Amino acid sequence: MALTHRSAISYIDASREYYAAQGYPQPYKWAANTDAPLTPLPRPLNELRVGVVTTTKRHKDDPLAPFADSANPAPERMATDHLHWHQEATHTRDLGAFLPLDHLQHLADTGVIGSVSPRYYSVSTIYSQRRTLAWAEDVRVWALEDDVDLMLLVPL
Amino acid sequence: MIIGSARDIVEENAVPRFVFTNLPLGNPVGPADDPDQQRGVLRLALALAESATHAQTTVQAPVVWHGRPDWQDTFMDTSDAQALAQEGEQRRTDQAAAKTATPADTA
Repeated sequence: MALTHRSAISYIDASREYYAAQGYPQPYKWAANTDAPLTPLPRPLNELRVGVVTTTKRHKDDPLAPFADSANPAPERMATDHLHWHQEATHTRDLGAFLPLDHLQHLADTGVIGSVSPRYYSVSTIYSQRRTLAWAEDVRVWALEDDVDLMLLVPL
Repeated sequence: MIIGSARDIVEENAVPRFVFTNLPLGNPVGPADDPDQQRGVLRLALALAESATHAQTTVQAPVVWHGRPDWQDTFMDTSDAQALAQEGEQRRTDQAAAKTATPADTA
């Protein structure tokens, strides 16, 4: 096998070139870090409570602010049409593909994980990294309230 | 733990653990209507949560995409430069008009 382009799209490159072609020469400055903390799991998986953070909202016109909502029953659909994803290639009518609460509940029912957090959490994607960091603190507080041990962040 | 499809954006951020699914944006956990692959990705994420010994560990999920094969060439396609330039111009015009509109105009 051989190739001329990366097999995984570079979204940093693609979005910079796309907006430059639209006449926006100043590229977006993406968040960048050189290291990250690693917290070992506190207990075996089958004793852990798992939560999910999504970047989708319930309704298109909901405020941008983050929210926590009941995970059981899982919502039937989420608002995604206003978001930036590959709408020509796939669809988001199947929540298992991006907000997998039912799959996690099955893993809890079969003893793979301890339990699913009673709430899932939503943080919208926005340009401001300062506001996003403030919103992360909201999610941290909710996760503590709900005794979440392991959080899955699943950006659409 | 991140499960996502924008590899470069997540890795430049540096995160503790990352399961990368090389799929069109919109289906980070696995292809839509393919619960078996979605469950496989979740199991992989849980296994990584247990096994990672270093931060910034990326695992690429062995997902198979059965949809349109040209999905990587059709996202943010810049081949029609003239159309894109016109779109950008239109947006700037619309935004400028929205800025100068009085409340009565937008009511």
